Amino acid sequence: MPYDLAVDIGGTFTDVVLQDGETRTTIKVLTTSEDPADGVMQGIEEVLRRSGRHPGEARVMIHGTTLATNALIERRGAVTALLTTEGHRDALEMALENRFEQYDLNIDRPVPLVPRMLRLPVVERLDARGEVLVDLEPGSVRRWYGILGEQAVTSVAVGFLHAYANPAHERAVAALLAEEMPALTVSLSSEVCPEIREYERLSTTCANAYVKPLMSRYLQSLAEQFQARGFDCPILLMTSGGGITTLETAREFPIRLVESGPAGGAILAARLAQAGGYGKVLAFDMGGTTAKLTVIDEGQPLLSRSFEVDRSYRFRKGSGLPVRIPVIEMVEIGAGGGSIASVDALGRLQVGPESAGSEPGPVSYGRGGQAPTVTDADLMLGRIDPAGFAGGRLVLDQPAADRALERAVGAPMGLDTNLAAHAVSEVVNENMAAAARAHLGEWGRGVEDRDLIAFGGAAPLHACLLAKKLKLNRIVVPADAGVGSAVGFLLAPVGYEVVRSHYMTLDRLDYQAIDSLMQEMEAEAMAVVGAVADRNALEVNRRAFMRYLGQGFEIAVPLDGVLDGPTLRSRFEEHYAGLYGRTIGNLDVEILSWTLSLTESASRRTLAGETVRALRIVKPVSERPVFDVISAAEVSAGCFDRPTLSAGDCIAGPALIGEAQTTVVVGSGYTACVGDRGSLVICADDSAHAHRPGDRT
Amino acid sequence: MTTGREKLDRQLVWNRLLAIVEEQAQALMRTAFSTVVREAGDLSAGVFSTAGGMLAQAVTGTPGHVNAMAASVGKFLRVHPLAGLKPGDVLLTNDPWDGTGHLNDFTVVTPVFRDGRCVALFAATSHIADVGGRGFGPDANDLFEEGIRIPIGYLYRQGERDETLLRLIRANVRDPVTAEGDLHSLTACNELGGRALLEMMDDFALADLAEAGGFIVETSRAAMAREIAALPDGAYHHEMTIDGYRSPVRLAVEISIDGERLHVDFSGSSPRSDAGINVPLPYTQAYASFGVRCVVGNEVPNNAGSLGAVTVSAPEGCILNALPPAAVSARHSVGQMLPDVVLGALAQVVPGLVPAEGASCIWNPVFLSAPGGGGNAGLVDFVTNPIFNGGTGARPGKDGLSTTAFPSGVRTTSTEINEATTPLVIWRKEYRTDSGGPGRHRGGLGQVIEVGHREGAAFVVSRMFDRIGHPARGRFGGGDGAPGAVYVKGGATLAGKGRDVVPPGGVLVLETPGGGGMGDPTERAEAAVALDLGAGLISGGAARSIYGLKADGLEPEDGPD
Repeated sequence: MPYDLAVDIGGTFTDVVLQDGETRTTIKVLTTSEDPADGVMQGIEEVLRRSGRHPGEARVMIHGTTLATNALIERRGAVTALLTTEGHRDALEMALENRFEQYDLNIDRPVPLVPRMLRLPVVERLDARGEVLVDLEPGSVRRWYGILGEQAVTSVAVGFLHAYANPAHERAVAALLAEEMPALTVSLSSEVCPEIREYERLSTTCANAYVKPLMSRYLQSLAEQFQARGFDCPILLMTSGGGITTLETAREFPIRLVESGPAGGAILAARLAQAGGYGKVLAFDMGGTTAKLTVIDEGQPLLSRSFEVDRSYRFRKGSGLPVRIPVIEMVEIGAGGGSIASVDALGRLQVGPESAGSEPGPVSYGRGGQAPTVTDADLMLGRIDPAGFAGGRLVLDQPAADRALERAVGAPMGLDTNLAAHAVSEVVNENMAAAARAHLGEWGRGVEDRDLIAFGGAAPLHACLLAKKLKLNRIVVPADAGVGSAVGFLLAPVGYEVVRSHYMTLDRLDYQAIDSLMQEMEAEAMAVVGAVADRNALEVNRRAFMRYLGQGFEIAVPLDGVLDGPTLRSRFEEHYAGLYGRTIGNLDVEILSWTLSLTESASRRTLAGETVRALRIVKPVSERPVFDVISAAEVSAGCFDRPTLSAGDCIAGPALIGEAQTTVVVGSGYTACVGDRGSLVICADDSAHAHRPGDRT
Repeated sequence: MTTGREKLDRQLVWNRLLAIVEEQAQALMRTAFSTVVREAGDLSAGVFSTAGGMLAQAVTGTPGHVNAMAASVGKFLRVHPLAGLKPGDVLLTNDPWDGTGHLNDFTVVTPVFRDGRCVALFAATSHIADVGGRGFGPDANDLFEEGIRIPIGYLYRQGERDETLLRLIRANVRDPVTAEGDLHSLTACNELGGRALLEMMDDFALADLAEAGGFIVETSRAAMAREIAALPDGAYHHEMTIDGYRSPVRLAVEISIDGERLHVDFSGSSPRSDAGINVPLPYTQAYASFGVRCVVGNEVPNNAGSLGAVTVSAPEGCILNALPPAAVSARHSVGQMLPDVVLGALAQVVPGLVPAEGASCIWNPVFLSAPGGGGNAGLVDFVTNPIFNGGTGARPGKDGLSTTAFPSGVRTTSTEINEATTPLVIWRKEYRTDSGGPGRHRGGLGQVIEVGHREGAAFVVSRMFDRIGHPARGRFGGGDGAPGAVYVKGGATLAGKGRDVVPPGGVLVLETPGGGGMGDPTERAEAAVALDLGAGLISGGAARSIYGLKADGLEPEDGPD
């Protein structure tokens, strides 16, 4: 029987998962930054060895990587030039002409990926309908060949005003370059992001151009090594939108690969929600530097088309580079295990967004970190076993953490060390709860009747406390939470979304234009997914991005079925009311953009349903003192080893359930129960979902 | 003696209040109908003690509302004392002197009750697009020409909406649908804040906010007192002249620092204008205090404690304390200049923290179709109000920001969107070479915008621009930023304020002002000069004659300029 492989390259670790029917083999190896393909192949060798399988039996390899994101953040991409409409070469840098922070006079605006001297004006002009106002002058392209050579430019972005409405000028430039400068890699805004708003489209196109040579080389190298090892299965790439795509598409549009890791995690949470029948979910992924929260309703994560890479100012909105691609919507805040705790001039405890990262890391890692972090506080509170951290590979230095917390938090605030550690934990949990409330509010979704799905290294330590603050029902910690993203890749459907901007108002709908737009988009999406997906099992989703006349933001409205003005208006109003609570009388509605996606129907890649049946209370292996948040005192918590637990086992809090990458903290007043697929489901004892051993829940 | 647990809870309560008002502001921004609120965040939101002192204010919002709204709740309580307020009551005003400085800003105040007792008030302000009268602009001669004025009163009485008031408002504005919608979103965001507050009080078992509020206000007051006490005592003077409406306006300031107190006084400023550029005192206090807070205590959250540490006065009848019924609609065009004036005085106190002057006043022309289609029958009428910015002043140790709004918090709209929704073509929108004031650190650049009509028709432009006759000045030896300019290409030069028709086939050119420079330009790092030259931000001539770049570093660029 064939098996599937999934590989997720992160900043520090490369995770490899081999899924063989119901059996899963997982491994973490160090990421090899020189040639990341080396680490991938090492990991693959190791899972092959452990599972005893051979390359020829693989059905597919699904791959996600943070390489594109890192290249953007670390500015390690290609020397890139932008050919753009004369008179508008500063659009990329002027951005929205605003400051993302009011009171700091010293902020810096995001530095564009292409400096001004490489933003090269071209004589041409289209209007908003795509009609030519000024013909393209080929000489105005050729005049820059000298500079491209002198500045060693290897990648060129072409972005003309209104090219979303008419790609002819951009294509003509591409043809010219292919003929006369064949060594250059070219990205067209009309292909990468054919969407209205020049700043965002150019930013996206430049980001694509910036990472394209690097990603192309890497993917080429990976494909060669993979084949050389004897694999003949396809390599598919995970995208930020939650669908997987072909190697060829990934090489053409590598910008779509940013955030593929978090997307994998969100897909896993979505499949768990479907399998477990959790209707309204908040997925909670907390790592070393940040926490990410994703809203998943009825098994579907929220989708969006806007994202920012490299938010360089305290993760603040507006401090990064905008990228308009299909993404799974998530809020990210600077709250992770490595987040640093300090006391400000007003005597207020601040936790994050500054992070000690993995180097030097928390004080207790003993690698030179001096500032106390969330992990140090968790250690002090007894939530982490100093000897059992990271599978026992790292022994944590508790006295050092103790001293750092006392110095940086306890003394300035006048708190004893235990309470200081508790304060750090409370502040970071409050920050995450506030972010969750704001995010849910922004999307018009309630906090009520929601369950929490927690994964990532630090999430299981904080999930119970976060759920308590938000008054969530159940907390689900899936098995293999430490390699959650890679497991999510295996569950992702083949899918591809394309976008077009075509402006019209609802009172003047141009049905013919919509029809041809949709046909064109469907053909484009089919060209990508048709090669690897079953053409008969594809779902089509069409959306229009609409707003009331003159408003600033569009909302996405699904377009299935009839497409007449009144229907569209009532759909729009329904969605508008869902987000904002009401509609606006008889104001006209305008449509700016359209999207179409083709996705394999989900049935092929689902998780089997999970039953959680509370059978028996199990006794702890040992006991350890932990700091209880309710009584603000030390209590004794039972310690458990997660791999030894079986379905139906129930554990009453306070308890600590250890596993290779993390510890699941069960608060007092909560009980955890093991499901028949290995998930831990934690509920408050006084809630409607409370586990009563012996009862079916 | 406070226990450790109580200390922690006090802080968590403070964090929660800050998160709650942020949620309140975000809700207002999302649901507002007025474009400047949704797009540009022209709003404010906050929670107040039952004595009317502000406890927390959302970071989202615009500085013009800071302090103005903070003072507003006290005025509401003087008209409607706490004892008379009941659950379900909602109060309203757009009085420029009781609210935030012009009739377009509506402030809604909602008391929150717990166990029958009022525990706090939520307030929110947002800019409503039209309030009747002559419409938004500086052209009125007194307040009565500027639109409907609603004194402090009930919008809802115990849950019952005052329909007479609503009908009155609807009958007096050009866009009754959005006006009513905006009043609704103000009411709803306060409600949301109130619900979140009660939930928080449950979580922390608080019967009232007296103790938590006292802690917040006192901690912030003390932090500001420490910051101010660290500054040298004395009286510091500064003045600045701006274009004004028909004649220049003088803005004079004295900042006196005495121990823990900092007072800003605008005596000596020009008298009230007969155009709508007068500033009511609350708006003067808002931008003056914002200017101070940019360099003194900028990390202390806004509340009664921190705002009370800085006091602001101006003599009655001067342009910065215009009394009713002065015209005030475009009070931003003077008010947004105040941080530059205040910072000029503070440059004598904390020279290492203060930037040079910037373009400061936003350039937001109104473009509209010419009467009768501008000589081209059959064209659809349009009106649009894009926002363009000049450069900010150079900062200590850093260049100014090019084409960036300061002190206003607004954002601009996309050229493609402007062209898709109007018949205009923006032929050019790019950095204006040599517009940044020269200096060791250069001022931010302004921009050049060229606008024409797609069909070659005439169109109208209405303007409230400044810094055409009075550019942003440099500091400590830095040069001035380039002044702004408005003209028809190959045609007439236009005034900064006014309304004109751009003739058929004409292209209107706007050149926004640059920010002032900081320090002697000949001390600017040679590499930075070369980089600016290579990028075309400065010309070869400027590099040589102003920055003293030697000729051998000056190979003529075959770069994009």
